Parts: sequence; structure tokens; C-alpha cells
Amino acid sequence: MTVLKDLPEKWFPVVLPLQRRKQKGLNGAKSQKKRTEEERRVRANDREYNEKFQYASNCIMTSKYNIVTFLPVNLFEQFQEVANTYFLFLLILQLIPQISSLSWFTTIVPLALVLSITAVKDATDDYFRHKSDNQVNNRQSQVLIRGSLQNEKWMNVRVGDIIKLENNQFVAADLLLLSSSEPHGLCYIETAELDGETNMKVRQSVSVTSELGDQNNLASFDGEVVCEPPNNKLDRFCGTLYWRDKKYNLTNQNMLLRGCVLRNTEACYGLVIFAGPDTKLMQNSGRTKFKRTSIDRLMNTLVLWIFGFLVCMGVILAVGNAVWEREVGSLFQSYLPWDPPVDNFLFSAFLSFWSYVIILNTVVPISLYVSVEVIRLGHSYFINWDQQMFCSQCNTAAEARTTTLNEELGQVEYIFSDKTGTLTQNIMSFNKCSINGQTYGEATDPLAPQPTRLDFTPFNPLADQDFCFYDDTLLESVKVGDSHTHEFFRLLSLCHTVMSEEKSEGELVYKAQSPDEGALVTAARNFGFVFRSRTPGTITTTEMGRPVTYILLAILDFNNIRKRMSVIVRNPEGRIRLYCKGADTVLLERLHPCNQELMNITSDHLNEYAADGLRTLALAYRDVSEDEWETWSESHRCADKATNCRDDRLAAAYEEIEQDMMLLGATAIEDKLQEGVPETIAVLSLANIKIWVLTGDKQETAVNIGYSCKMLTDDMTEVFIISGHTVQSVRQELRRARDRMIELSRSRDGEKEEGMEGWAEAGFMGNGFREGQDGDSAAAAAGGGKQLQCPPPPPPPPSNNLMDNISGEFALVINGHSLAHALEADMETEFVSTACACKAVICCRVTPLQKAQVVELIKKHKKAVTLAIGDGANDVSMIKSAHIGVGISGQEGIQAVLASDYSFAQFRFLQRLLLVHGRWSYLRMCRFLCYFFYKNFAFTMVHFWFGFFCGFSAQTVYDQYFITLYNIVYTSLPVLAMGIFDQDVPDKRSLEYPKLYEPGQLNLLFNKREFFICIAQGIYTSVVLFFVPFAVLSDATQSTGVPLADYQTFAVTTATALVIVVSVQIALDTGFWTVINHVFVWGSLGSYFTIMFALHSQTLFRIFPNQFHFVGSAQSTLLQPVVWLTIALATAICIVPVLAFRFLKVDLKPQLSDTVRYTQLVRQKKRKPIGRSVGGAWRGASSVSEGRLGARGGSRRSGYAFAHQEGFGELITSGKNMRLSSLALATFASRHSSSWIDTLRRKKHTHTHTPPSASGECSPAPSCISGSVPPLSNSSSVLGGSQDTPIEEETGTPPAQNAQCDLTSSTQTQAASEAAAPQASAQAVTLTAGRTHVGDSPGGWAATLGTVQEALFGRKSRAAASNSPGPPSVAKDTSQIV
Amino acid sequence: MVKQEQEIASRPDNTAFTQQRLPAWQPMLSAGIVIPGFVLIGLAFIGIGVALFVTSQSITVMELDYTGVERTSPCFRCSDPNVKNCVCQLDFSIASLFKGPVFFYYGLTNYFQNYRRYGVSKDDDQLSGDLDSFTSPSDTCSPYEYDSNNKPIVPCGSVANSMFNDTFKLYQIVNGTKKQVPFDGKGIAWWTDYNVKYRNPSVTPLRDAFNGTVKPLFWPRPAYELDPSDPANNGFINQDFLVWMRRAALPDFRKLYRRITEGDYAQGLPAGNYSLEIAYNYPVLSFDGRKKVVLSNVSWMGGKNEFLGIAYLVIGSLCIVMSIIMLIVYAKFKFPEEE
Repeated sequence: MTVLKDLPEKWFPVVLPLQRRKQKGLNGAKSQKKRTEEERRVRANDREYNEKFQYASNCIMTSKYNIVTFLPVNLFEQFQEVANTYFLFLLILQLIPQISSLSWFTTIVPLALVLSITAVKDATDDYFRHKSDNQVNNRQSQVLIRGSLQNEKWMNVRVGDIIKLENNQFVAADLLLLSSSEPHGLCYIETAELDGETNMKVRQSVSVTSELGDQNNLASFDGEVVCEPPNNKLDRFCGTLYWRDKKYNLTNQNMLLRGCVLRNTEACYGLVIFAGPDTKLMQNSGRTKFKRTSIDRLMNTLVLWIFGFLVCMGVILAVGNAVWEREVGSLFQSYLPWDPPVDNFLFSAFLSFWSYVIILNTVVPISLYVSVEVIRLGHSYFINWDQQMFCSQCNTAAEARTTTLNEELGQVEYIFSDKTGTLTQNIMSFNKCSINGQTYGEATDPLAPQPTRLDFTPFNPLADQDFCFYDDTLLESVKVGDSHTHEFFRLLSLCHTVMSEEKSEGELVYKAQSPDEGALVTAARNFGFVFRSRTPGTITTTEMGRPVTYILLAILDFNNIRKRMSVIVRNPEGRIRLYCKGADTVLLERLHPCNQELMNITSDHLNEYAADGLRTLALAYRDVSEDEWETWSESHRCADKATNCRDDRLAAAYEEIEQDMMLLGATAIEDKLQEGVPETIAVLSLANIKIWVLTGDKQETAVNIGYSCKMLTDDMTEVFIISGHTVQSVRQELRRARDRMIELSRSRDGEKEEGMEGWAEAGFMGNGFREGQDGDSAAAAAGGGKQLQCPPPPPPPPSNNLMDNISGEFALVINGHSLAHALEADMETEFVSTACACKAVICCRVTPLQKAQVVELIKKHKKAVTLAIGDGANDVSMIKSAHIGVGISGQEGIQAVLASDYSFAQFRFLQRLLLVHGRWSYLRMCRFLCYFFYKNFAFTMVHFWFGFFCGFSAQTVYDQYFITLYNIVYTSLPVLAMGIFDQDVPDKRSLEYPKLYEPGQLNLLFNKREFFICIAQGIYTSVVLFFVPFAVLSDATQSTGVPLADYQTFAVTTATALVIVVSVQIALDTGFWTVINHVFVWGSLGSYFTIMFALHSQTLFRIFPNQFHFVGSAQSTLLQPVVWLTIALATAICIVPVLAFRFLKVDLKPQLSDTVRYTQLVRQKKRKPIGRSVGGAWRGASSVSEGRLGARGGSRRSGYAFAHQEGFGELITSGKNMRLSSLALATFASRHSSSWIDTLRRKKHTHTHTPPSASGECSPAPSCISGSVPPLSNSSSVLGGSQDTPIEEETGTPPAQNAQCDLTSSTQTQAASEAAAPQASAQAVTLTAGRTHVGDSPGGWAATLGTVQEALFGRKSRAAASNSPGPPSVAKDTSQIV
Repeated sequence: MVKQEQEIASRPDNTAFTQQRLPAWQPMLSAGIVIPGFVLIGLAFIGIGVALFVTSQSITVMELDYTGVERTSPCFRCSDPNVKNCVCQLDFSIASLFKGPVFFYYGLTNYFQNYRRYGVSKDDDQLSGDLDSFTSPSDTCSPYEYDSNNKPIVPCGSVANSMFNDTFKLYQIVNGTKKQVPFDGKGIAWWTDYNVKYRNPSVTPLRDAFNGTVKPLFWPRPAYELDPSDPANNGFINQDFLVWMRRAALPDFRKLYRRITEGDYAQGLPAGNYSLEIAYNYPVLSFDGRKKVVLSNVSWMGGKNEFLGIAYLVIGSLCIVMSIIMLIVYAKFKFPEEE
């Protein structure tokens, strides 16, 4: 299975470049088609027929150019950029002799440079695209041509061909699965490349074609497929196969899509339906959104302003020219007659305007955009190169996939994080257990010496090496043969739906559909109860080294209502025993009364485990006598065969036997957080970044993780839970929360009452408990209401400015269904103001679309920079809509990474990405921009002042070569070096003092104000640079008596002064002088003098006397002491105020970075060991809270670990999913062999209960999708649970504090009626809940995001629906409260 | 093994550059550097300022406006554009020795040599002696490219055409008789202009090169006859022509006319009465210009330049003042020092 592990990477280049394109290419390609395809007709094995339609071939072309088209196409594209067009326009202006105030080359040289840099970059990109295209196009595939298999390149595969795929091969095109080597025409695929899900999916061919079998029959197959035109919907396909005068419906279940990998299937044959660019993979690649940073936007605004400024200057100077020509120029005509076309002053002014536009255009130099891109590219490389963001476990380095967003990383205010796979590893580890009242497992005391990891190998050769357990007493207990312990592990080894694969002796691989289950079976395996293999009727284990085969009599499958699963097995001795594992709330009720004492102890243990954030399960068994089994199996068979109400009857049958069980114990599984998550969250929140967790998980799981990663702490003033199901209740809950916050933050100035906290805790608990139990709308609304009604609501209406200065730490937990209301237009402001006053926000049960909506909401209302981080396909929408999307690379598929702007392997790298790279990028970019605008204003505005003395004739002050080279040679590199390398404080310090991040969030370093300061400084410098030489040189002479006031001396003096002043300025701005900075700064100065002397040299003049007018100017000017005195004076006048200002600023208003820097300096001088004085603050704080982690006994949160998919038991007992080879007995009796899929399908329907009117999925449009769910549609996730599988949890026993809260009469009645509801009406309740769920949130979502996520939808809504309560628990809980 | 190799391949290089750990100098504007720095700069500037100021004071400058706007002016008669070949005389006296070497400048005000169209109106190829450009001057010279008979103008263009053509003779009145002060007209142009930039065509005699061309409209004599006294000082390398062609940066400018370095006047102009005889040819009143003559001597730093000295003094003092202010601020709001 891992043979081709490196292969998927080869897909990256295929998908990548397109991702970066703005879908231009794709649309273009599409529009080239003569007509839009309305339906596709494909006849198998009939190339002539199919060629009529001119379908795209399987040759993909992601490249944009070839050698011939490169130049024109690339230039055309580049001139679509406004800046380039603008410079082209300038160039044309310069060619008009009356206007041309500058030589044409002053514009064309930078423009050509910019164009060629971009062209080289584009060409390189395209070259790699060509390469990857070729590589992909030249892959071999076996095509059935005239009855024989021939090797063909992928690009030669045509629509209508039948190709043969072998195991672990990539699917070459979108195929209709015809037949497979596996029974029933099944085949397994991995779709990670396509949708990011790593679990395997099953595809099944249409039964008529699956019978065709081998290639001889297939060669004569001439069926015709009529289907929909190419589209990008990954999870739907609609078509009909016509063959032998019969019609067969085709669905997505029959399709193998390009990009998938065939797994566990020896071979299969498929008919090519879509090829090359028409495949769903290619249709899906293409990024719709082009992200820009806020600095970008600001920059564009500023550039527009500068253009405005430029026009103003031009107008002023043109008016000046008009006046001058009228007053002076007309009289001066004896020496300078007007040109024949310029016969009046107005026309002259008009020309002068354009001339000035040309010479003043350097205020917005073309090099700005290029430099910004270069700097960003440099920063991106630094991110890619960072070893501290390299994950050695998964061997992935961080990657900046978008190179244009770096500085925005330094401005993030909101982080939206996925939970599973992002915060958690999605690895479950068997952490603790309670067996017969005895608890085992590592102690949580962090102070105790690290316990040694148990070594199982001497004891058990079959042990899994990766399994960790630290308590050797449990192993001892197994070794001494404690019967309870043995039974405990026997249960774990038997009661599950795991499949095993034993490649060689002892090398066991478990394929569990949920990681929880895998963890449990692995635990049993290591403790000597090794699950080896199974057949539909047997389970073979190795118990304490002894092989045992149990007869599997029945699997009482899991579902969301039962919240438990059981197996009934007959052991070799012939005794029948039922093993059951399930949620404690469900299971403890079904125990034999004699278990009371053990139950109490175990409940205590369960509570402890839950308090540690572990997910718990209770285990029990029951001995079943032969008679009992006979009668029960009879009734079970009846129920199973029943045609109506089969599920109810089965449930009743199960219920019947799962009684009077004997408690064995409980397990606790840790949902492992990723490394460093709590620390990262602590640091990020100290950096004033608000973290929102958006997860599809249940509320309890989410809250649990919230606590374990320290987003929520027990120190928090209050945690609000919004879980209303109606608009009113949500609105009310939000309002109450706000009132409460205002009230609390007012009273907070006084002592921090312990009682208050206790109350908050109690309130939270009460609510959490209720929500967990009561899935249905009425009770939940009552639950939400109840908590908020506890204190009398204060009358003052909350206002927004009150909300802005809420003190105190609040947290908000909101459910998906409430979120759907809160996101509606009329409530979103309320929601935003409430949520943003909270320190932590957790949204649970949210759909992918809601994730994106939340992000959009914050973007819209807060104008803050948002970052979304996630790892799965369900995070893609969020990643795409946030300003910055981060994908966790590594475990899950690549979908999130492909959509992301940055990717790395672990959540903890986020702190380095933001606090170090982001902060530096922002700082560098801001400093760069400030300096860049400064230097260009200083440079250009000199012309403006000179205009007043040269008759506004657009005479430049400088030599035209100087103007050409100033921005691209003399001043570009030092500022680039600063923009790339500058650091104000070292990376360690910025992690140590997260507050250093704040200037970015507040946008302090570059904003309109800073811009105007830079501009002002630039203009000041230009004034100095013009008027100082003006004042000095007008009367000065050389020591030979030759006056210095000639134009060329003036030009050289001013230019030299300018270069020196801006170099000194960059030297002042550079805070981090690496060798490169030195080289660039000194090198620029050196190059200025060298180039100037070269350009003014006699040699060049002799070659081109027409071009180098300045011959000899450098020597004769720079030898004059007066000139140097002038330059020194100008430099001093420009720099001294800046120096004084900066010094005073650091002294009077030091920024934190100044302080840190200063401290650093002092430390370095004193050579003291580096201690942490300021940084210790948060570390101290975090260690305190760490200490408290163990002590948060007050908040018991029970987890329920059961990520089952139902129906798996049936799959096992039917034997369908077992390879024939592994089925030892060929004659297994399958009870439902023909109907298991249908049963499954029926179950989905009964559980979802989605009336078409309320559900988006069941929209009447394409009947093939919604109306009839295809046979295998839901079992796509059967093998291995995807991360979106809802993890069902259940709250533990209700804490007594609930009684504290007064219930209003209305809730009482509601709750009472709930309690009174007879058990039989449970189904009805479920139905209501289901409808509400579907109607509320996922309906709209499914209608919009009809792509990848639709697959998840089915599962989600089903899970949501079945989340509704088991009737008994409602009765129990409510009665307790009342 | 393979895995390790892979890791080595994808693990980023651990170099100071890639990890942004290049050794670097991190300067900081600390009081210990800035305040003494300001004091030093201030003192240095004051020192230079004093030196400049003193030097500047020692330089003598004498300006004589001879435009003839006022009726009382001796050149009033000549300022009428209709009067040709007018000569006027300007008398002045020097009270004490005008220390030599004395430089004789002519100055023009409100004259826009720096106007863009004026500046480009010349043909550099022509001026560097390219004979092809004699017959077909570059169109940058327009409107002084061809004369009305469509004959090429050499040297073409506005700059050359408008060459200053007043001439001066300076006499010292010694006992009632005029004693001519000898002028030295050599080497008043830039070395590179004379030796590199401007070249006569290598045709002897020079006038043959100018066959088929006409002199600039305003010129009384063709280029090859600019200086009848010195045959080597003709054509494009005539010193006065070179001085004129080096255009001024500002509308008020002066240009070197002659040096007084010879004979009795090598030490300077002795006290006494002088008479300046001006051949008044160049009209400036039409555009409200002024013409003047400037006599000046120079020091190591060139001519008289009070601005520079004063500016240095002011900046130097400001630096000192700033350093005091900064010292006070520093003492009052001391940088929060830790530990």
C-alpha cells in the first residue's frame, strides 16, 4: 500500500501552477470550444464514433506558452498590468520631441529590466510546467486496442478507450468502472489527491459490465454512455449506459476519477469518459481568489494619490510655464524663439505639463513593484528555509506557497483554526483504564520522574512497537492472570469492527475505521490479546501466546442512538458470551444490579478521566445461555428479515439482550494534541491574537480540546454557551451574554469574587450538560435560556462602545445551528460584538461553509487580518476566504495545502510563522516602503523646485543617465538588503515578548500618517538638496576663477549630495548590518562614483559625442572643495534633524522593540548570561495555569469516544469487504449477501429523515443525485473513518450544582413534558431534530457548496439527527433537575 | 537509510544565511553615541564655518552694471537696439589694492540659459568637428538649423546663436592717460571642453571647413574668425565660445571673461581710477535682463561665498544646541534601563 508513496508528489506540479493562475487559462481554453457541450456521448471501443465530437484528448497542458508564443503572449499579459501600461504610455510621450524632457532610455531601461525579470520568472515557471506536463503525459497506461492490451502514453488515451489499471496505479482519466478483479465489481481507491481524504473509498461497477470480466469480452463491449458535460463536481456524476437495448443508470459510484490511486485491487478496467482538461481533477484546479495584502491595497491607494499629486505638480508647473512664457519667454524670444508649432504660451504650457509628467514620474518608480516582489520572494525563501519550521517526523519543511502575502503575517488579529488534525493529531492513544475498580495508567503528576515506557517485546512478540504505556502494574496484572484483566482485554480484542491484515507472520496491520477503535484493539494486542484475523463467522485471536478462535454469532452494531456495540461470541469451550462497549451513560444503565458498588467506583474513575480530557468508554459482558441465545437469535432473525420497521425491531432485539450485564471496567483514550499546541496558543493570545476554533465536532469534544489546549481556562470569568435553535433564542442568548459581560466587567474592579467564578463554572457545567444530553431544539433552547436566566438580567441595553472595553476573560461556545442564525444579516453585528469581546470563541458542529462565513463576517465587521489554519478538505473554504490560509501538511490529504498560502507540518510552527517571520516581514516591508517613497520624493521633487528657476521648461536637474540609474542601480540594493535582511530584535526575543507583535496589528509602522511623514521628509530633503547648492554655487567659483554655477556642475553636485544623503538615510534605517548590507551600501556609493566617472569619461564621449554631454564634469566638479563642503552641508541639514528626532523618540516614547533592543545591547555589553526578565512574565503565567490543569476538578467533562460508522458490522458479517483470498472458508453463509447495501441505504434514509422541502440535498433538480441514493454512496467512507466523522460524545453524570439554577416556569414545563414523553415517541423527536438541523444550517450550505463537501453532508446531518437523546436519559436527567 | 537520505534532501540547509543568523552589527541610537556625535559635528561645523567666513571676508568683489537702463548711465545711449557698434565707457575707482590675480567676469541676469529647449538647441556632433553635421545639422538645432536660403548654420542652434558678444577693455587712468590693463584670455574654459568636447574639423585652413555654411544669424563674424588676434583661438575652440556654450544652471549667472595676471597687474589692480570701455552689442533690455561686469579675486575655496560660512556656523551651533537639549531630555527621561 505504501509502494508509491512518493508518487503523489508528482502531482503537485500539475496542480500547483494552475492553482496560482486566476483561472484565466482554463476559461480561455473553454471558450475556445466551438460550442458548449450539453451532453457527452461516448461509445466504448469506437474511436471513429467518438472522434466526431472532438472531445479533449488526455494530453494535459498546464503550460501557457511555447517557444513561439512566449514573447507576444507574455508581453501582452504583462502590459495588462496597469503599472506597465503606464510606463509604456510614458515611453510614448517621450518619443514626442516637443514633450520629451528625458531621453527615451530613462524609461525604457527600467521598463525593459522589469519586463525581462518577470518574463524570466514566467518562463521558468512555464518550463517546469512543461516538464511536469510531459512527465504526466508520458506515463504509461494499458489500453485495450482491438482486443489486446497495448502500452500507451497517457496523452494518447482517447475518450472511449478501455484501459486497464493495476494496483497502486494512478487513474489516468475519468473512467467508468467496467469490471474489476475483485468480487462484485468492487474496487478501492484513495482520493487524497482529489479531495484530501485519506480513507479508502469503494467503487462498484454496474453489474452487467462487471460480469464481462476479462479483456476478450471487454473488447467487444460497445455500450454507449450518455452523460453530463465536464464539470468540477467531484462527488456527482450523472449518466446512462445504453447497452444491448437496455439502460443502466450511472452514478459517481461507478466512476474512477483522474488523480485517484487504485488500492487493494489487483486490476480493473475502465472506460474513459472524460480525458485531459475535461477531467474533474483538472476542472477543479484553479484558484478563484487572488489575495492581496492590506499593505498592497494601501500601496495602491497611495500610488493613486501620488498620481494625483503628480498631476497637481504638473498643473502647477504648467501654469507656471504659461505665466512665464507670457511674461518672460515671449520677451526672451530673440534668443529663444518659440518653436513653430508652439506659437503661444498656452500650448507651451500644455506641452510643459506632459514634459513634467515625464520627469516627475519617478515619484512612482517602476522599480517599486518589482522590489516589493523581490523582497516578498526573499521572505518566502526564508520561510521555506527555516529549519525550526521543519518537521523531522514527517520530513516536511514549511512552504510559502504564495509569495505575496508575507507582511500580512505580521498583522494577524484573528486565527480561525480547525480542530482535528490541526490542534489535535487525530491519533488516539490508549491512556488509562479502570478494571474492576482499579485504575491503571500514567500518573498526571508532572513533577514525578518520567515513568519508563513499557517494553512489551519480551512478553509478547506480536506487540506493536509504537504503542506506549507507562504503568507496569497493568502488565503485572495481566501476567499474574487476573481474570478481570484478561476478560477486559479479551473484550477489547473481540468487540470491534477492525479488519486485520497480516502480511507476514506477526506483522499485523489493523485497519480501523475510527482511530479510537484502533487504539483499543492495539492496546489489547500489546497486553497479550492479539486480534489476528476474522472471517464473517469467526474471530481468531492469540491470547497470551495461545491461538484461540471464537465463533462470531452476532454483531450488535453501533449506531448513534444506541451509543454502544456488542458482539456475541462462542468461545472454544462452547460458552456464549456477549461483550459490550459503549458510552458510560448508556451502558451503566444496563448493568446487573449487583454491579452497583463497582459502578460507583468506575464512575468516579470515568469522571477523573473525563477531567483529564480523555475520551471514555465503559465495557461490560454478559453470559448468555444456549437457550437464551436460541430464542434471541430467532427473534433477531425475525427482526432482521422484517421489511417494515426493521431498524426499530432490530434495536428492540438488541436492547433485549444487552441487559443485566456485568461491568468490566472503562477505558480512557487520549485525543492527542499536537506538540506544543497549548504553548503556541498561550503565546499567540499574549500577542493579542484572538483564536477561534471552528470544528465540526460535537460541543463537548470541542470544549474539551479547548480546555486541554488552554484556550479555555478555569480562570475565565465566564464561558457562554449559545445553543438556541430559533432566531429568538439565539438573539436572547447573545444579548444575555453581553449584558452579563458588561455587568461582570463593571463589578470586576472590585475583588474578584470566588463565588462568581464558582457560579460561572456551575452555570457552564449546567449548560454543557444539558446541551450534551438534549439534542432536540426545545430542550436545548430551554437549556440555553436557563443558564442565562440565572441572574436577573440587568436592564441597560448594551452598546457597542461598552463592548469594546470589556475587561475580564470570557469565552463563547456556539453551536452550528445557532451559528446559522447568528450569521444572518440582522444578527451578525450582535454576534460579532459579543464574540469579539470574548477571549476565546469555539464554534462547534459547523459546516465548511459556515467556517468561511465566520471568517467573512470578521473580515467584514472588524477590518482585521484573519488567518485560517486547517488540514482537511472541509477547511478549504475557510482557508480560501481568510486573508491568509495555512494548511497543515503531512497527515491528511493535500486539499487544504493546495488551497493554502502557507503550509507546514505542525500547528506550533504558527507562532514562528507569525511572531518571527510575519513580524519581520511586516517590519521590513514597512521600512522599505517608507524609505522608498522618501528617496523618490527627495529625488524627484528637486525638479519641481528647479522648475521655478528654469522657466518651467521641464529641464531636469540631473544628468539623464543618473535619472535612469538612480532607482535601479544607485539606490536599489541597500534598500532591498534592508527589506530582506533587517531585524529589529532577534527571533528568540520576538517569541519571548509576544507583545512585540502588536504594532503590526495596529498597523503602526506604515499607514497614511507614516506615508505623509516620509513624503514630508522626502520633500524637505529635496528642498535642501536644491536650495543649498543653489545658494552656494550661484556665486561660487573654482579656485581657477571659473564659475561653478554652470548646469553640469550643479547637476553633479546635487546628484552626489542626493546619493550621499539617501545612503546615509538608509544606513540610519538599517538596524541589522550584515555583510550584505555593508556590501550593498558601500557598493552603491562606490558604483555611483565609478559609473559617474565612467559616463563622464573621455573614452565614452569619443565614441558617442552625441550622448555623453557631461564629459569631464565629474572630475572638474568633484575636485572642488566647495562642492564637497556643499554636499556635507546638505547632508548635515538633511540628516541631523532626523537623528535628533529619532533619538528623542527613542528616549521619550520608546517602543517595546526599542526597549528589547536596548536590553539586548546592554546584556551583550555586560556579557551576562541571558536571563528572562520581561519574557518570564508569560512563562510564569503559563506555568501557573499548567499547574492548575490537574486541579480543574470543578469542571468535569466527560468524553465519549465512539467514532463509529454504523453498518460496518453488517459489512463484516456479510463478508463483502473481505478479499476472497483471505476468506478461508469458501462456503461462508451470508445472510444478507444480496441486500446489505440496500439495507445500509435504507438506514441512511430512515436516519436522515430529510423531507425534500427542507433539505438542500434533496433538491429536485438532477434526479440522479438526490432522489435515489446510489447503492454505495454512503459506504464511501466505510473503510476507515475520515476526520469529519463526528465523534460522538456524551456528558457524564450531571454535577449537583445544577440545582443552584432556578428554572423558569416555562422551562420547567417544557422539561417536564420532555420527561413525560413516552419512550415510543423518541423517534418522533429525532425526526423533528433532524428536520431542524437540515433546515437550518446544512441545507443552505449544501445548496451552495455542492462539491466535495456534499459527501460529508450526508454523514453530518445524519449524525446531527441521531444526536438527539436517548429517551431514557432525558427522563433521568430532567427528573434530577426538577 | 533511504529515509535518512530523503530527510537530508528536504531538510533546509543549516547555514547562517538561510536561518537568518548572519552575524550583524546592530547600531542603536544610544545617548553615548548620539550626544557626543552631535557635539563633535557641531564643533567641526563651527570650525569650518569660521574658516570659511574669514576666508570669504578677505575676498574682494566689485560689480559694475552697465546695462544702461538709467538715463544717467553712460551706456544709456547704447541700450537703444537701433544703435549699432556703440561703445560706452564706465569709470570707477579702486580705493586700495585689488589683490590679484583678479578675474574679470561678465554677468547676465534674467537670462535663461537653463531653459530646456535652449539647452538642447545645439549639435554635439557638429561641435566635435564632424563635417557631416556641418552640411546637415541635427534638427535639435531648430530653429537655427538653416538660414532663410536653406544653408546650414554652423555652429547651429540657439546656444551658439545667442553667444555673448560685448567686448571689454579695461584702462587704468594713470595721470590722466589711459593705460590698458592686459587681459589674459587663455584657459578660461574647462580643460575638457577645450581639449575633448569641442573640436575643430581637421581641415586647414579652418575656413575651408565652413564652405557652404553660414554663420549664426546673430554673429558679426563667422566662427573661424572669432579671434583675429590668435588664429589658434578660432572655430569651436574659441575660449569665449566655450565659456558661453557651458550653459549656466540659473537665470542669474556670470561667466569668466578674462584674467588679469600679467605685467604690472599680476599682483592685482592698484588703487586708482579705472575706465572700462565696453563695445555694447548684446541686447538684453527686451527681456528685462541686466548686464554687468564683475571683478573678483579668489581664495582656496573659490570666490566670495558668505552663505557657505554662515550656513556652517548656523548648523554647527544648532547641533550644539540640540546636543544640550538631548542631554537634558536624556537626564530627565532616562532610558528605562533594566537590571
